[in-house]
This record gives sequence, structure tokens and C-alpha cells, in this order.
Amino acid sequence: MGVREAAFMHGLKLILRNALRHKLRTALTVVGLLVAVLAYGLLQTVVDAWYAGAQAASNARLVTRNAISLVFSLPVSYEARIRGVDGVTRVARSSWFGGIYQEPKNFFPQFAISDNYLDLYPEFVLPESQRQAYLRDRKGCLVGRQLANQFGFKVGDVLPIRGTIYPGTWEFVIRGIFDGADSTKVTRLMLFHWDYLNESVKKTAARRAEQVGVYIVGISDPENAASISRAIDAVFKNSLAETLTETEQAFQLGFVAMSNEIIAAIRIVSYVVILIIMAVMANTMAMSARERTTEYATLKALGFGPGFITLLIFGESVAICVVGGGLGLLATPPAAAMFKTLTGGVFPIFEVSPLTLGLQAACAVTVGIMAAVVPAFRASSVRIVEGLRAIG
Amino acid sequence: MRPVVEIRNLTKSYRRGGEIVPVLQDLTFDIADGDFVALMGPSGSGKSTLLNLIAGIDKPDGGTLLVGGIDITVLSEAELADWRARNVGFIFQFYNLMPVLTAFENIELPLLLTGLSGSERKEHVEAALAMVGLTDRMEHYPSQLSGGQQQRVAIARAIITDPTILVADEPTGDLDRASAEDILALMDRLNTELEKTIIMVTHDPYAARRARAIRHLEKGVLTRGQEKT
Ligand SMILES: Nc1ncnc2c1ncn2[C@@H]1O[C@H](COP(=O)(O)OP(=O)(O)OP(=O)(O)O)[C@@H](O)[C@H]1O
Ligand SMILES: [Mg+2]
Repeated sequence: MGVREAAFMHGLKLILRNALRHKLRTALTVVGLLVAVLAYGLLQTVVDAWYAGAQAASNARLVTRNAISLVFSLPVSYEARIRGVDGVTRVARSSWFGGIYQEPKNFFPQFAISDNYLDLYPEFVLPESQRQAYLRDRKGCLVGRQLANQFGFKVGDVLPIRGTIYPGTWEFVIRGIFDGADSTKVTRLMLFHWDYLNESVKKTAARRAEQVGVYIVGISDPENAASISRAIDAVFKNSLAETLTETEQAFQLGFVAMSNEIIAAIRIVSYVVILIIMAVMANTMAMSARERTTEYATLKALGFGPGFITLLIFGESVAICVVGGGLGLLATPPAAAMFKTLTGGVFPIFEVSPLTLGLQAACAVTVGIMAAVVPAFRASSVRIVEGLRAIG
Repeated sequence: MRPVVEIRNLTKSYRRGGEIVPVLQDLTFDIADGDFVALMGPSGSGKSTLLNLIAGIDKPDGGTLLVGGIDITVLSEAELADWRARNVGFIFQFYNLMPVLTAFENIELPLLLTGLSGSERKEHVEAALAMVGLTDRMEHYPSQLSGGQQQRVAIARAIITDPTILVADEPTGDLDRASAEDILALMDRLNTELEKTIIMVTHDPYAARRARAIRHLEKGVLTRGQEKT
């Protein structure tokens, strides 16, 4: 074993024992790191979950909406004209209902849809018998499995929804429960007959009848999404209600983008948490290094170089951060699962991504390195005579 | 034989505020190989400063300082560190052991810079432990040892690399009379049996009497040298 290896091995021993010297201080620091890295991971996962819906959306479907704003609808007469555009295979109606089930915090999306809607959504799997039952019942509705599980809905249940856009309490009968084709599909929503909505509106507010929120457009080839979109919008150019057509994915991202400020805030908070723990860690290391000034000066007197001192301090800082960060990393997936349950399906897809885990590890190591820079520089460059004087 | 330490026109001053405080002024003297010198003098007379210069942990402002024939005033920081590792054994007033290392590991520390194998290091450490009479305490941490025992560990650490000189700044300053007596007897043995050159700073005339020669420093100037009979 050479000089460097022997010193290095003993350096590791010193690092370990120094780290365990103030057990309470180290334990508290480790807990702080655990919490910070965990919080960072959960916040990143919230951001991911936010975008997950859009990522799951399809490029093979287009969404045609009113060009002015989503708030405005389109005449039902557009349906046939959209169907006439080259490359369009199917056109379905979808109107946002925006009702409340029992209380506002139970929020879930409800859409009034045309009967061919489900043909455009092969990712929603519904038994044929239930589909038939739904089609037969004017007041029938369909709920997704995630929604059914959250509230314990069963087929045959009556589902009262208080309208906010469309006044009154609406009673629907659950005729079917559809599953997601795979675990990434969000099925926390409710669907019912657009015809039923339209007939009711006709009686109460005739001006708002014969309107569609958005058209879902099936196309033969996703490659042509852009040109078909342009063709559809061209049809309604200079009409009373011009349209804006984009892929469902782009539509969803636009929807998510409305919350961009919130997402940015969450991102910033996640890094603020890391900055705080970095300051705490730097303080801990500075305190430890200052207490050991005499020891470092003694080592230098004995002939150990500044590199050895630097190794001791960086090693200790990184070791503590790896342990704290590692525990935080391990705690993240179970904590995420708990978070998902506690938030009751607001985030149907809430999974810690490998990227998040990687970022957590990187943050922990970065904290360890950054926290040691100043103390290591100070300790390794202290003049021996000054350091020896520092004795208490 | 050539003196092991040759000091020529050595000067050192400190800057305090804007003021320059001279500490050592034009100091010239030799220390013979195998000598045991006690440096005495009032507080603030520059004893520690001189010892630090000889040990190569501080730099003079002027003059030359040869130890074992090498002018250490011209060495770089890194060269000086290497030089210290091979040539200087340190004994401090407060022992300066690593609290997280056992007696054995503390003594082994300087050997990590020598390239000896693990088994060779073990052999050396055990011999040093036997020399200071602490074989049965080698697994103890400093906090589990008395002051006198800690200083004996420090002495073992100081001699482990067989250095050219041993420097000791108030080695008994923190010890009771009996422990101090032990340490002085041990240093005496290092000098007579192992023929170590020792330079010791002390306030204690009783300790100084153990040395072969006493040098008095006053305001940075040697006032009298006193050879013992
Ligand atoms: N780093 C420093 N900065 C400024 N002045 C210093 C410094 N180190 C020592 N001095 C001054 O130099 C003088 C000599 O100090 P030194 O420590 O060598 O004295 P000493 O003889 O060892 O004293 P004591 O017996 O009290 O240990 C003192 O006046 C001291 O205040
Ligand atoms: Mg002194």
C-alpha cells in the first residue's frame, strides 16, 4: 500500500468517526436532509402529476374549440361540416358540465357527450352490456373506475349533481363503469348524454341550446394532424364563431399552462427547500470545522497537506448528505403513495419518476459539496501556528 | 561534528494593528546533535516563536536556519510539510491527540506518510507503545486516558518516525508534579538511550534542570547560555 492509499484509508476512518462525534447534531442534520430531499421529491412529483394528464393524451385526436376562448361554445351545426373535411373519420361532441357532487371539494370533471364519443376513446374500456344499458337510458351516465372507487359508486346508483353553469340538481343513473386500458389512464371523470343536456336546456334557456363545448375529431393519420387542423379552421374562417383546432395533447398542455404560475411556484419552493438545507448543512460543517481547528493544524504540523484536510471535511459533509438524502430517497415512493391516497385521487397518476429520484440524489450530493467548500477552504489554509493557538 | 541546528541572524516580527512588533532579533546560536536544550524566559519573550521556526511551522523574516544541514527557510509550504513529516517530532502542552483515534491510531498517524506497510507500521507502533509503557492502553481513546498518559501517547507519536529533532512546548505545563516527573524522565531516556536531540520550552526551572543546557531568552535576545556540569 502506497503513502496515498494508507492516508486515504485512514482518512475515511477519520471521516466516519468525525461524523459520529456529535451524534445528536449529526442525527438532526440527517433528519433535516431526509425531510428536505423528501419534500423536494414530492413537490417534483406533484409537478409531474400535473403534466401526466397531458402526456397521456393522444395525438390521434384533434380538439376543435371556439377560437376566442374555451368559455364560448360552438353551434351543433358545425359537426357535419367538420365531418366533411378530408382525413376526418369521426366527430364527437363534448360539453363541460361543471357540476358539484355533494360539496365543491369533491370536484371531478363531467362531460355531456354524443353517443359516438367512446368510439374515439379506446383507452376507456366498457363492457358491451353496460354500454347498451347506457344508450337505452336518457338519464344514464358512465363513471370511470378511479371515480367509482373514490366514492364507492355502483352501477344502478343515482348520482345527483348540482349544476353551476346549468342550474338545478340533475339526477343521473350510473349505467356503466369504464376502466382505463392501462394504469396511466385517468378515469376520474363522469360522462352523460349530450342530448339529455340539450333537451333540458331547450326548455329552460333556449338560447343556450344546440351548442357544443368542443368537438373531438378522429383522424385517419396523426401525421396529418397539422394540415387537417388548418383545413377545419379554414372552413369556419370569417364565420360568426371561428374555430381553433389542435391535437388533444396540445389542447391539454394549453389547459395545464393556465396553471403555469402555480407550477412555477411549486418548482421554486422545491429548490428553496434545498437551498435552506444547504445553508443549515454549511452551518453545521462550519461549526464542526471551527471546533476542530487545532486538530487540523496538528495534522498539518505532522506533515499532512491541505488536500488531506479538504478530503476530511468534504468527505464528512458528503457522507452525512448521502445518508440523509438516501433515507429521503427511500422514503419518497411510500410517501408518494400515501400522498396519493390522502389527496383522494386529485392526482390519479402520482408516481415518483426515475428522473425525480436522480434529481434528489444530485441535490443531496450537491448540498454535501457546497456545504463543505468554505469550511474546507478555511481549515486547509489556516496557518499552523494560528491553528495551534486556537486551543480552548 | 556539525551542530544539528544552526541559527544565524534570525529575526522575526509580528504585525499588530499597523505596528510592527519585533519578537526575535538577530538571533545566532547552535544546538549540537544529541543535545537536550531547555529554552527559558519570561512570558512573551519569543520562546514559542523560536521553537515554531526551528520546527518549520512558521517562517522567519530574515536570517538562516539550518536543521540537519538543510536551510528550511527557503523551502516551499509543501516541501516544508514533507520535511516536517521526516525530521520533526512534536510534543505539545495540550497533547493535541485526535480524540476520535485510539492511542494506537494516534501514534500510527505520522507513519501514514512514510510508505511503510501495515504490518511494518504495527511493529513500529507497538515498539513505541512499549517504550512509553502504554502497551495495555493502546485501544483507549484520549478521553479514556489521564493527562500524563495522553502526553506519553503524544511522545510515542513524536518519536515514531525517528525524527532529527524533537520539539516540546511546555510539555509538562498541563500536568501535576508526579505526571510531569514521569514525562521528564521519559524525555531524559529519549535523549540518553535513543540519543534524540530535544528542544524544550519551559517555564518550570525544575523541568529545565532535566535538560543538559538551558538557554535564556529575553525580549527576543539570548541573554545567557548555561551548560550544565
Ligand atoms: N500571531 C501573532 N500575532 C501577533 N503577535 C504575536 C503572534 N504570535 C506571537 N506574538 C507575540 O510575539 C511575542 C512572543 O510570543 P511567544 O508566544 O513566542 O512568547 P512565549 O515566550 O512563548 O510566551 P509564553 O511563555 O507566554 O508562551 C509576544 O509578544 C506575542 O504577543
Ligand atoms: Mg509560548
